[in-house]
Amino acid sequence: MERRDFLAASVAAIVLPGVALANPAGYRRLLVLVELKGGNDGLNTVVPYADDAYHRLRPRIALRPDEVLQLDRRTGLHPALKPLMPLWEARELAIVQGVGYPVPNLSHFRSIEIWDTASNSDQYLMQGWLARAFAGRPVPAQFATDGIAVGGSDMGPLAGSGARAIALTDPAAFLRQAKLANPVGNARNSALSHILKVEADIAQAASRLDAGTQFRTEFPRGPFGNAVRVAAQLAANPAGVAAIRLSLGGFDTHQNQPNVHQRLLGELAEGLAALKAALLEADRWDSTLVMTYAEFGRRPQENNSNGTDHGTAAAHFIAGGRVKGGLYGEAPHLADLDGGNLRHAVDFRSLYATALERWWGVPGAKVLNGRFAPLDVLRA
Amino acid sequence: MLKLIVAFAVLLPGAAAAQGMGAADARHLLNRTGFDARLEEIDVFARFSRREGVERLLAGAGGAARTPAPGWVKEWSDPRRYRQMDAESRRLFVREQVERGLELKGWWLAEMVGTDSPLTERMTLFWHNHFTSGLQKVRSPALMYRQNVLLRRHALGNFAELLHAASKDPAMLVYLDAATNRRGQPNENFAREVMELFTLGEGKYGEGDIREAARAFTGWSIDPATGEYVFRRGLHDEAEKTVLGRSGSLRGEDVLDILLAQPAAAEFVAAKLWREFVSPQPEPDGVARVATVFRASGYDIRSALRALLMTEAFWAQENRAALIKSPVELVAGTLRQFEIGFGDPLPFVLLLRTLGQDILSPPNVKGWPGGEAWINSTTLLARKQFLDRVFRVEETRMAMQRPAAREKMAALKPDARRFMQALADLQFSARDWQRPFEGREAMVPVVLLAAAPAGSPSGEGMDYVRALLADPVYQLK
Repeated sequence: MERRDFLAASVAAIVLPGVALANPAGYRRLLVLVELKGGNDGLNTVVPYADDAYHRLRPRIALRPDEVLQLDRRTGLHPALKPLMPLWEARELAIVQGVGYPVPNLSHFRSIEIWDTASNSDQYLMQGWLARAFAGRPVPAQFATDGIAVGGSDMGPLAGSGARAIALTDPAAFLRQAKLANPVGNARNSALSHILKVEADIAQAASRLDAGTQFRTEFPRGPFGNAVRVAAQLAANPAGVAAIRLSLGGFDTHQNQPNVHQRLLGELAEGLAALKAALLEADRWDSTLVMTYAEFGRRPQENNSNGTDHGTAAAHFIAGGRVKGGLYGEAPHLADLDGGNLRHAVDFRSLYATALERWWGVPGAKVLNGRFAPLDVLRA
Repeated sequence: MLKLIVAFAVLLPGAAAAQGMGAADARHLLNRTGFDARLEEIDVFARFSRREGVERLLAGAGGAARTPAPGWVKEWSDPRRYRQMDAESRRLFVREQVERGLELKGWWLAEMVGTDSPLTERMTLFWHNHFTSGLQKVRSPALMYRQNVLLRRHALGNFAELLHAASKDPAMLVYLDAATNRRGQPNENFAREVMELFTLGEGKYGEGDIREAARAFTGWSIDPATGEYVFRRGLHDEAEKTVLGRSGSLRGEDVLDILLAQPAAAEFVAAKLWREFVSPQPEPDGVARVATVFRASGYDIRSALRALLMTEAFWAQENRAALIKSPVELVAGTLRQFEIGFGDPLPFVLLLRTLGQDILSPPNVKGWPGGEAWINSTTLLARKQFLDRVFRVEETRMAMQRPAAREKMAALKPDARRFMQALADLQFSARDWQRPFEGREAMVPVVLLAAAPAGSPSGEGMDYVRALLADPVYQLK
């Protein structure tokens, strides 16, 4: 960070302590993270349709100006995102363009590790960024658990000690299986201590979790629709949970991208629209912040297989009843690429800082190992 | 509870049988180096001294698998043929490869369960997680089979020979992009991983060393007609290179020898062996001693293991039950311990994937991180569900013989039907398992748990056994 920025940040923290810290709502406010696994093609999601360079770089897979859902005179959404338009029009959808980090890594594994642990590109951290946040500022003990990864077993930003976290796909099945948890006895070494902690997380979540809410909302069919239903049920659970992570996989579109991407973005948009409807029913839409993330975007230049290869920065969505809708960040500079890839305009840790500081009132610098300016995307 | 205290008191080192290491040490040695030992195996080793026990294990290890390999492993399909196929033939071909991949995983799991030398399989798995390759990228089960045979052949042999052989192994050449590493356009993938993950560890070399080494490895390739390693002189960069201070018109083999000459190589491998067999936190002095023996022996893997297994730390009470069983150890160990009979290993192959250790398909070139990363709420519950169900084989079979269940099964898709059938075919006899414990019931918890239970398992007969398996300590080795 530049010294000047650091001073500005310090001054802000002294003069405006409320901005950085106070938030009476705390963890009663829910964060829902949606991982777009495989690396979503930001350019065909939030499309710079009026940019000639975009069409030059993608002669076969570019979206035509008359196809996209035009947000303004240069930016449009992929047509499959139509279910998100009511959120956009209600000004509850923020679109942050150019999200990435310096010295990007193009390996799926390594880059998602960077995102999950909120590390620098050359830094190896063990603990997920949410686990770090919850370890530093504990979630109220009466909550069912701190965080839940829905679908799949990788814990992503919830991995590591310090947080209570569980993974589940189907709450009913989880509650059935949870009877097998056996959180008894004293830890004698770190291995046993870790197992006992996981056993205890399961038992506590199972004893408090009441995720049987039935909604009038119709959820899309398929695994992501199911995951959205489960997320809504977990959000409606009276015992509380601070963070939920969903994932939608298949974005690694090296080949035949148009069909695959169309289907995936459709699933995403329908899922998020259903999530809003269900959270309105549960009276939680105003206390929920939804954020997408992915390991990277994709290369601006299409490849020879009607697809795109691993890239760097991409656009991401932030939605919720308290979100100030609109475009944030910077439109892609396709004329100024770095080795064929986009330069980032917004560090992904600024999105995390937004969730930590503006949403929960948790100081971000310690969790994120540095100061990252939160985005001004939330209403008071 | 009383019965437990008595059992563990009897087994304290001082009270062990006069000459031999005793049952507790024997159990520790066998389980740390293999898969859950049965009472009769423990009884044999209990009479040996620690050194005799270690020598016996090392002498019996190494060689070839005894489980017959699938019939297709010698087949090689020229990739040029695939390129000429139409879409339908390609689909069928890919499907066949996927099925063969599952079959190969089942073959290896069956070998782990059936082998006379669990240490050989543990070391083969150790090298699979070191010289990593995966079906996701290699795609050819036949090549992954050849690599597995190679790793087993060298599992307790010579590390220098293993490094040379594994580096030229065709699956490795595919996995780390040898095909695109050619004079004038080097691909650094293999050169980087051979230093970072196979020999020296991060920080023991520079980016310049990687760039130069990549040029030395140019020309290493595969003959598409046979799937064998071939050196293509025309693609090799003959010019001078400098790697770790040594210059010359180096070839790939020279670079491997330069790496092996670094003291860091023996230390790196010794520390990894320590984490596998002794404790999660290697002791620097102990690792240094093992590394010295390893280097002095010219990289003899048996010598390194002998030194490791004879360290005080290996036998120290505080390191007992200090490691988390990998999914393979949990599944193969439980199947071995209770002599669960199975025909089609498919359910266990899929279980390993659910538990986070899809053998022959590691997550990436770093392999499985292991340790505490094995356990989260999903994988722990899946482990417990497996342990809960494995004793309900009879129940499952009875349930599936009901007419309604048979009808349901007939309506399933072939894959699902195969899975259900495999479950219905499992065999387990509680009575056979319990027989050796007659009059020696106190040995049950000693055999099943690496330390006293965390909770207070109770019950009689198999209920007690199930309670022991549900105890968190069953997840430890």
